[in-house]
Amino acid sequence: MENVTITVNGAPRRAGAAVNTTVLEWLRAEGLTGCKEGCAEGECGACAVLVARDDGRGNTRLDSVNACLLTLAALDGGEIVTSEGLGSPQHLHPAQREMAVRGGSQCGYCTPGFVVSMAAEYYRADREAGQHGAPNGFDIHALSGNLCRCTGYRPIQDAAHALGTPEDGDPLASRRSQPAPAVATTHVKAADGEFHRPATLRETLDLLAAHPHAKVLAGGTDWNVDVNLRHARADVVVAVDHLPELRRFEVTDDAVLLGAGLSLSELERRLGGRVPLLAAWFPQFASRLIRNSATLGGNLGTASPIGDSPPVLLALDASVLLVGPDGGREVALSEYFTGYRQTVRQAGELIAAVRVSRPLAPLTAFHKIAKRRFDDISSVAVGYALDVQGGVVTHARIGLGGVAATPLRAHEAEAALEGQPWTEATVRRAARILGRTGTPLSDHRASAAYRAAMLEQSLLKFWFDSSEVTA
Amino acid sequence: MSLHERPAHAPVGEAIPHESAALHVTGHALYTDDLGVRLAGLLHAWPVQSPHAHARVTGLDTMPALDVQGVVRVLSAADVPGVNDAGVKGDEPLFPSEVMYHGHPVCWVLGDSEDAARLGAAAVKVTFEPLQSLITVREAIDARAFQGAQSTLRRGDVAVGFAQAAHTFEGEFDIGGQEHFYLETHAALAHVDEAGQVFIHSSTQHPSETQEITAHVLGLPSSAVTVQCLRMGGGFGGKEMQPHGYAAIAALGATLTGRPVRLRLNRTLDLTLTGKRHPFHAVWKAGFDAEGRFTALQVTLTSDGGWSLDLSEPVMARALCHLDNAYFIPHVEAHGRIAHTNKTSQTAFRGFGGPQGMLVVEDILGRVAPLLGLDAHELRARNFYRPGEATPYGQSVRHAERLHDLWAQLLERSDFHTRRAEVAAFNAAHPHRKRGLSVTPVKFGIAFNFTAYNQAGALVHVYKDGSVLINHGGTEMGQGLHTKMIQVAATALGVPLSSVRLAPTRTDKVPNTSATAASSGADLNGGAVKDACDQIRARLSEVAAGTLGVHPDDVRFEAGHVFPIGHPERGMDFAALVHDAYHRRTPLWAAGFYRTPGLHWDRVAMQGEPFKYFSYGASVSEVEVDGFTGAYRVRRADLLHDVGDSLSPLIDLGQVEGGFLQGAGWLTLEELRWDESSGEGRGRLQTRSASTYKLPSFSELPDVFNVALLERATETGVVYGSKAVGEPPLMLAISVREALREACAAFGPGGRSTLLGSPATPEAVYWALDLARTGAEVAADD
Repeated sequence: MENVTITVNGAPRRAGAAVNTTVLEWLRAEGLTGCKEGCAEGECGACAVLVARDDGRGNTRLDSVNACLLTLAALDGGEIVTSEGLGSPQHLHPAQREMAVRGGSQCGYCTPGFVVSMAAEYYRADREAGQHGAPNGFDIHALSGNLCRCTGYRPIQDAAHALGTPEDGDPLASRRSQPAPAVATTHVKAADGEFHRPATLRETLDLLAAHPHAKVLAGGTDWNVDVNLRHARADVVVAVDHLPELRRFEVTDDAVLLGAGLSLSELERRLGGRVPLLAAWFPQFASRLIRNSATLGGNLGTASPIGDSPPVLLALDASVLLVGPDGGREVALSEYFTGYRQTVRQAGELIAAVRVSRPLAPLTAFHKIAKRRFDDISSVAVGYALDVQGGVVTHARIGLGGVAATPLRAHEAEAALEGQPWTEATVRRAARILGRTGTPLSDHRASAAYRAAMLEQSLLKFWFDSSEVTA
Repeated sequence: MSLHERPAHAPVGEAIPHESAALHVTGHALYTDDLGVRLAGLLHAWPVQSPHAHARVTGLDTMPALDVQGVVRVLSAADVPGVNDAGVKGDEPLFPSEVMYHGHPVCWVLGDSEDAARLGAAAVKVTFEPLQSLITVREAIDARAFQGAQSTLRRGDVAVGFAQAAHTFEGEFDIGGQEHFYLETHAALAHVDEAGQVFIHSSTQHPSETQEITAHVLGLPSSAVTVQCLRMGGGFGGKEMQPHGYAAIAALGATLTGRPVRLRLNRTLDLTLTGKRHPFHAVWKAGFDAEGRFTALQVTLTSDGGWSLDLSEPVMARALCHLDNAYFIPHVEAHGRIAHTNKTSQTAFRGFGGPQGMLVVEDILGRVAPLLGLDAHELRARNFYRPGEATPYGQSVRHAERLHDLWAQLLERSDFHTRRAEVAAFNAAHPHRKRGLSVTPVKFGIAFNFTAYNQAGALVHVYKDGSVLINHGGTEMGQGLHTKMIQVAATALGVPLSSVRLAPTRTDKVPNTSATAASSGADLNGGAVKDACDQIRARLSEVAAGTLGVHPDDVRFEAGHVFPIGHPERGMDFAALVHDAYHRRTPLWAAGFYRTPGLHWDRVAMQGEPFKYFSYGASVSEVEVDGFTGAYRVRRADLLHDVGDSLSPLIDLGQVEGGFLQGAGWLTLEELRWDESSGEGRGRLQTRSASTYKLPSFSELPDVFNVALLERATETGVVYGSKAVGEPPLMLAISVREALREACAAFGPGGRSTLLGSPATPEAVYWALDLARTGAEVAADD
């Protein structure tokens, strides 16, 4: 049974897709074993591949993504490039050559993934000398989702910083000026279930009505972790991230509307710093490889208490636009979470977008407490949005993650700030209240005592950081 | 020429990339699990795991698995034709009747697909009678649950030492373990050749032992089993003992079904099944004279060995032999014992107990320096070994002066004293951020403590066209051993690097090999490769001497050219000479052998000369700590390390840097957490995935990273004057932890001892600095 077509390294391949098969499994079964499994949950990047996507201007962008988190059927009609497609031992790609001669590979197992992530940045159309403090503009955060256990990263960094610009005739550079493949409407019936990528929202909602337990798939960065590590299986999967209703992006004087099906990278690019709190937050959300697939809809749909988007969106007073068989509705995010991984969203409803009202509070920060600075899950996350007028706090919103069964607004600490002078005394009083908010647990990430201490310390840090800036 | 001397224009010492670099970067390099897709009829294996930390298996019903579509067979104890054990101590049943840790495999299911095997494993019905379990080292100590030999390293009389002490301190210290997290998880692929030969591809650092254990499980002689290792995607010690059982399962499945069997652990299985670095617990008492020199050290080390003995005894021996690190301690009494807990069987991991031993003494010095009124770097330097002094186990510290020299060079290169002042100024100006700057030394003994392992073999072929194929007993796990061996062979035969090809490690080419471990891969296999090449070259010299009309001793081999000394113009091509030699019926291949001379070790008395030599190094690290959260970054690290005369500088630099970052991971970030509660999940590893067990990423790369190899460092008696490099640099990372301690202390008034957990995660750092801020006095000076 051959039911999807995917272009790999320039040549189309037919695949008999099972509903729960990932691109990584398929590539390896095809003999393209340069794609490696290191963790099967999007943490190590050893399976990174380039995906050809529309860049919004009719041309193609090459995004690096984790093949282990990409459902094969979801790639129907798509186009990818693997390490084997970048170059060969006789004709190395510039990223491969720099990695090889500088000692960027030791055991070599993570190497193809690094090369792919590096190539994505190499082909970034708006890369310019001097960006990100690098002579060649290479953003080293492009490699934050790739782990190496051998080298210590220095030679890999040197390789990244040694890259020039693509030469004339570079096939992938030329590929960028052609249109990306159109996203196919897909219906796959396989032995293990059915995969649908319906053409319209109407069809999607009908499918969800007919299959209330269908798995709704956007980027797949959460669901496929369950598939790989916990052997979760879905009978019916419905892909939604291509629907125009979920891909809206609007900035008006009153609000910013963020489509739930847009990848976080896409949102980051399109916002371009217009919401400073989100601009500060994006780089701290997982890794570039994940942000190239993950969506706001997914992060709010799974409703994990340690999801990173709720604390910032709560601070921004965001609301969620839901769409269902009976039309749409808008729910304040502070009303959205009802219990551990539970929300007001009904079966058959989709998250269409997130609305952030404007004007934005001017004083904002996102604090993520984690063991590792890049690509880690929060022990505690705090989002702040304050307005201070004439030395008095006129508006305070504090969103919390990791301290209860759901993301929380810190209402009491907000109340302790609002109407009070923006002084250290006020902050210390509010910080003590914030430190008693929620019911943090002790687990493998952090102790309850540390989580509570971090809430309190976080507000103090916010105060001292902002007064350093304003001083 | 003696072993350490280099000819002119030698390929050894050239900074060349890894021999497989072009294959690595293009994805063409093959690893064990890349091979199965190329075989027809492949079966996949999946384990049925215990949900208890300790339990008796009271019933096993495998029939339901056979009802799952695609399941072919379930392997259990009754299928074992030989010995049902996968260890070397007889305490690791392959199919246990008593499960000893959470996740312990009871049996294995074979399926047409991994999916089928996995579903089959879920269908197997096992009944258990739960038994009492011990999870932490402290629980085991309280229960007096130890395994293996207990050993004591003693010199002098600590009572005398303490009587001479002006200051005495006591303390306790818990050191966390570490997961290897090689990017390639364990994998084996077995099939049965013609005539019943079992052929196994295994991701193993110890192919000969994988072969021996598979043979005894199958009830076959070793000659009927061949193990090959193309390369590993990282090993770090984790594939020294651990691969054997998986190879045996795959081989057993292949012999019983007649089909090739693939066994590959996914990351969760690898984390929950395989051994890790030993956590240690230390109780100590240390005496110092008025100038801060050690007078005595009394220590009891308890390692957490996990459920089976594995390599815990030699790991403890190395820990005891590295308690001194770089310091002369006149009176020493150190006890070592191994806790028996219901966890994975802890095993070899880069440094092999050395890091834990060293960390104990470095922690002591870091803690007590403020109480002695000394800067920690001054306290350390004051205690260095001086030429002529010996270790507590009686080995003279050769080249002790090299450590002093290296230390002085590093302080100079890193601008240490100026930066100390800058750090102090920064700290005075910043109430919420503090910096710390520290320097620590490394002295690490090279050779296997187990003397018999210090031997190696090689097989070198020269073909009629002058091309060279080498085979040796060492395995490639990314450390660049094969690259170095190609350089050694090219140097010894006087041919260009391009003439030498290296064939994968196989037990039917070079038998009875030692594990590629203990940093000794290049020393041992390099000796053996050179021996084989020297034999061939001696025969070729005879042939050339006849042709050139000179004495054989006066024939030079250089870059593929053979000529009378002083007359390169009268020479000939290596290939022409080889052609000539073949026609004169000269054997063009040779088996090489090497044994490390001069080693002896009494493991009961803990005395002797267990090491061929010591590797030295030192590092300076500067960190900045956020006082609100305990989060930190390494601003700069300067490393200076002694690799003798490097065989391959690009490779060695990579080993030094990679070791440092892996050490920094162990000491600051990587945290293994087991469920220690009395609930249902007791004994379950909670950090069982890459999302919960965090290893260093790009964010841990120091902002400034200066790494250098000590120059003019020829080591006599070792192949081409080089020294081992695999393990010692890991311990350079101790300076990061000590810098964090200094930064934490800077939040307080100073002059007090700062305790820091290990790993020094942001949380641990936060509690340390919070204590410094709020001012509790911790260690008491009596």
